[in-house]
Amino acid sequence: MNQRSNEPFLWLLFSAGGVVAAMLLPIHLFLFGLAFPLGWLNGPGYERLIEILRHPVTRLYLLVFCSLPLFHWAHRFRYTLYDGLQIKHLNELINIFCYGGAVLGTAAAIYLLWSIP
Amino acid sequence: MINPTEYVPKSFQPRVSTYWWLGRWAYAKFILREVSSLFVAWIVVVTLLQIRALKGGPTEYAEFQAWLGNPWVVILNIISFFFVVFHAVTWFNLAPKAMVVRMQGKRLPGVAIAAPNYAAWLVVSSVVAWIVLRGLK
Repeated sequence: MNQRSNEPFLWLLFSAGGVVAAMLLPIHLFLFGLAFPLGWLNGPGYERLIEILRHPVTRLYLLVFCSLPLFHWAHRFRYTLYDGLQIKHLNELINIFCYGGAVLGTAAAIYLLWSIP
Repeated sequence: MINPTEYVPKSFQPRVSTYWWLGRWAYAKFILREVSSLFVAWIVVVTLLQIRALKGGPTEYAEFQAWLGNPWVVILNIISFFFVVFHAVTWFNLAPKAMVVRMQGKRLPGVAIAAPNYAAWLVVSSVVAWIVLRGLK
């Protein structure tokens, strides 16, 4: 049987996720995780945020924001476990954990963004 | 007659120490870059929790904000911030190596590929900050 590898596809997801993680995650974390909780900046109130969140473009944006970086994590963390901890013999378990986690996270994002009133 | 190579193990793989990457800064940087993915995942999880809290209503969101103010969460977020910026910088610096652009037969210097990435980073971050701080109106 000549089975084609799905590695290029996974690498593409890793790469796209890497770009999203580099471009978008720092500012999000800076604002919501540091600047607002530590009082450096006045954060937006609930009403303003839910209004932004209801916009269809925001939902699409957040889906990309959550999904692609998770696939980036899955791919990179898989190799962290291989290289760093040298547990390549647990290959299948690691793959299920990593890519399964990314798929579950994406499903959670779709569900949450879809069900916002 | 004995073939001298017959008894050589087919796959001789000397065991490498689990801490092989601690010996040299370049190796440590490689592992740190790999580890940065854990913090990337953490930020996504926090964002998912944030969306869930927003969906739950003002009270739930206030609880979420209080959780973000918890000193342990703040410390974790400070560490995450350094890792995710480290990821961004190493990612943009790697772009010229992954992407070979030729112009008039000459290879564009790395800076010409990395610089637009940094510029885009600045613009995108500003737009996100603007929308979060000013709203969509």
